[in-house]
Amino acid sequence: MPVRVQIEDFDVNAEVAALRADSPQIGAVVTFIGTVRDMNEGSSVAAMELEHYPGMTEKALQNIVEQAKRRWQLGDALVIHRVGPLLPRDQIVLVAVTSAHRGEAFDACEFIIDYLKTEAPFWKKEQTPEGARWVDARVTDDAALKKWHIDAALQGVEK
Amino acid sequence: MKIQLRFFASVREALGVSQESVELPEGVNTVGAVRAFLRERGGMWAETLGEARSLRMAYDQNMTDADTPIKEGGEVAFFPPVTGG
Repeated sequence: MPVRVQIEDFDVNAEVAALRADSPQIGAVVTFIGTVRDMNEGSSVAAMELEHYPGMTEKALQNIVEQAKRRWQLGDALVIHRVGPLLPRDQIVLVAVTSAHRGEAFDACEFIIDYLKTEAPFWKKEQTPEGARWVDARVTDDAALKKWHIDAALQGVEK
Repeated sequence: MKIQLRFFASVREALGVSQESVELPEGVNTVGAVRAFLRERGGMWAETLGEARSLRMAYDQNMTDADTPIKEGGEVAFFPPVTGG
């Protein structure tokens, strides 16, 4: 399963081992792990809650992985994203990409997380001393996507 | 026609509802028209689904825009810009 949305934590070593177990042609594995910060927008964050759109979120992640596989020669790619309550230091997301050589794996991994941040339906709500608040989308995330020649908010539109 | 509505995150909280079935009057046949139709409920609906609000829309679980046509039994979702990762 190349994409998973789950409440439970994940074990990066086990996931990477499984991803490349049957692929002796793989020469590079690049992983990105997103974690919960204890500060955001000038406020301390005691906890957060992640919401998603069951069905659509998995489909969006699948689409992102497929686009990466079309752009680069990859062995495989895995995305695990957690939902539910999370605490500072917790792991939120894992992107793991394998390829024969490192260049493709680095690029594809960055592409997947950039794309995920603007197009996959997840929403964070933070608990701060000022109360609970929904995290605002960042303009810098849309800018990151432009690097891949994709305009945010147009993606995944099927007519 | 009858469709399914879904609301998420701050939109869900503001409206106080996560999903509902709704019977649409004739002529309401795009995602944007559904948004305008729901605004007529007034109050938080008018505010939360206002044209000026930065809102994302999905039809049958694909990101979409206001011009997308809808069909009987379809699923229309409204939510704020995403903040995962």
